[in-house]
Amino acid sequence: MYVIAAIISLTSLGLVLGLLLGIAAKYLKVESSPIVDELESLLPGSQCGQCGFLGCRPAAEALAEGKATPTLCPPGGSALVEQIALLLGVDVDLSTVSEPELLVARVSEDTCTGCTRCFKVCPTDAIVGAPKQIHAVVADACIACKKCVEVCPTECLQMHPAEVTLRNWRWEKPKLGFTAEADALC
Amino acid sequence: MLRTLFAKPRLRGGVHAEERKSATESSPVITSFPLPKKLYIPLQQHVGKPAEPMIKVGDTVLKGQLLAYSQGMISAPVHAPSSGLIIDVNDYPAPHPSALPIRTIVLETDGKDEWINIVQVDDPFALAPEEISFRVGAAGIVGLGGATFPTAVKLNMGRENQVQTLIINGAECEPYLTCDDRLMQERAAAIIDGVRIMLHGMGTASAVVAVEDNKSHAYSAMYTAALPYPQIEVIQIPTRYPMGWDRQLIRYVTGKEIPVGARSSELGVTIHNVGTAYAVHKAIRYGQPLVNRIVTVSGGAVALPMNVEVPLGTIINELFSFCQVNMDKTARIIMGGPMMGDPLPHSALPVVKGTSGVLALTKDELRDKQEQPCIRCASCITVCPAGLRPLDMANNIRINQLDTAVDLGLKDCISCGCCSYICPSNIPLVQYFKYATGEVMARQQAQHKSEQTKKLIETRNARIDKIARLQAEEERERLAAKAERERRLAAEAAEAEQEVS
Repeated sequence: MYVIAAIISLTSLGLVLGLLLGIAAKYLKVESSPIVDELESLLPGSQCGQCGFLGCRPAAEALAEGKATPTLCPPGGSALVEQIALLLGVDVDLSTVSEPELLVARVSEDTCTGCTRCFKVCPTDAIVGAPKQIHAVVADACIACKKCVEVCPTECLQMHPAEVTLRNWRWEKPKLGFTAEADALC
Repeated sequence: MLRTLFAKPRLRGGVHAEERKSATESSPVITSFPLPKKLYIPLQQHVGKPAEPMIKVGDTVLKGQLLAYSQGMISAPVHAPSSGLIIDVNDYPAPHPSALPIRTIVLETDGKDEWINIVQVDDPFALAPEEISFRVGAAGIVGLGGATFPTAVKLNMGRENQVQTLIINGAECEPYLTCDDRLMQERAAAIIDGVRIMLHGMGTASAVVAVEDNKSHAYSAMYTAALPYPQIEVIQIPTRYPMGWDRQLIRYVTGKEIPVGARSSELGVTIHNVGTAYAVHKAIRYGQPLVNRIVTVSGGAVALPMNVEVPLGTIINELFSFCQVNMDKTARIIMGGPMMGDPLPHSALPVVKGTSGVLALTKDELRDKQEQPCIRCASCITVCPAGLRPLDMANNIRINQLDTAVDLGLKDCISCGCCSYICPSNIPLVQYFKYATGEVMARQQAQHKSEQTKKLIETRNARIDKIARLQAEEERERLAAKAERERRLAAEAAEAEQEVS
């Protein structure tokens, strides 16, 4: 008797909970995967396309599906790689990641015609100017996406290495003073 | 017996480096340095915001005249170290390992060295404590031990936190340097007067002057000078680098351990350097702002090593030719002490407020030995005064695991160099930490920038959407108006047709 009661109660419990889950899945459906959202929020968001994907969202989707490695984003540098690897729970060899060279766009005042094409494409509004006026780049807002370089008809916009000042000067990383063989011998 | 065993708080870590002070510790401070033709005065010689110039090129100034005023809460003004003509306000190389440009005032001296009208105060103890710190701030005094934190800010913090103990740091634990030692030997009374003024300025009852026990002459001079004042105690402390690190000294003298992230004044202790106390004495008693300082010039390549009092802004080259430095023998120029000082790429750089010494070291004095793999001897852990594990931190930094290094306490590293000094494998440990500290800061800045970038992109997208929406609305209205007009025209035409028929 007990056996039958147990079978009935557990079966009905399973049915009810299954129904509830089914309803929840239908009405509380999450449109996008939260991991993709989280990955996207980590990525720079400038849609520069340097990773080979059409923007940061597709790149995040590829990362979540495992189709891309955490080292895909050149502007992010090793700090971003570390964050992505932590989020995805994968190990990466950070020694192969090169730090991005800091670049900043600069307008050559001799050749700028004031055509306004560059500031129309700038994703961060880092270029200021008006028609037929020489444009200028706000260096602090420039993210080095190079979109302006592509559209400039006179090639007056060029990328330059960001200036090193006392504020952003850093000590260099010490080079290993011995070879790997010596290490292995010890 | 047990009491004496446990009474003194233990010293943590530290090394006893070869002192190499004998070249300069027994000869008096030279005050006859010839006035340089040109002085290069950087606008930032302190921690905090740079000073803002208030003179223009072509102005004539007197010694002690304000050249640039302090801006912001933590900043310090800059005064003319001599009288003469301002010939330039521009970017010049900074006394920094990179020698990158810094905004600098160039003063061409007229040789008269004429003081501006200065106000002497006969009784500083009649001044209000707030007035003391105000005057100390206006005199441009910063921590002269090398940290260059504005002294007035520290006095104010001491007063607000009702500090009970003022510690005067006469440890001078760095090898080679003897400028504080000589100052204590020769001008003890003035230092003690400065200490009394500081006590008054902070409303603090008592002071402890701590002198390392390798400076017996300085100790006895200070002891004698402090005898009439029972509130000032002069003590000897063991000679062990980094004894002059504020937290180490506070731990030794008071037994208090300052928690990570806290300030010493919150625990009722404030610490100032002996040089700072002397500068306070000059500023309050004689109204003289900080315009010169004693610099130790020493090292194997120096023929006449000495302590010399020079105006701020003196180019190190001139200092070197005065002390007959053999530049061919010089392998490295260091500003400050050999443990924590900065290597300079060349000597065409000015002496600033924080320059306690300039060393010209020969190749033999450098320790450029071949680096070997870590043997995990843990010497670096034993000597670390901050209680860290340097070898673990360095290993993580080497494979770019900076977050792990931060978790291990990278931010508590004071770059004292004990670990590098003691390492039998010659691993450049402190260099790893300096690199990593900079890198962590760079990453924080990058993080900040990426947040800003996201905001910029969002506002731009919102603006573009709004423009598109407005245009669509306009278009709709235009179409609606057009349809209306056509309808009206059609109606009118129909009406006319009816009338005709």
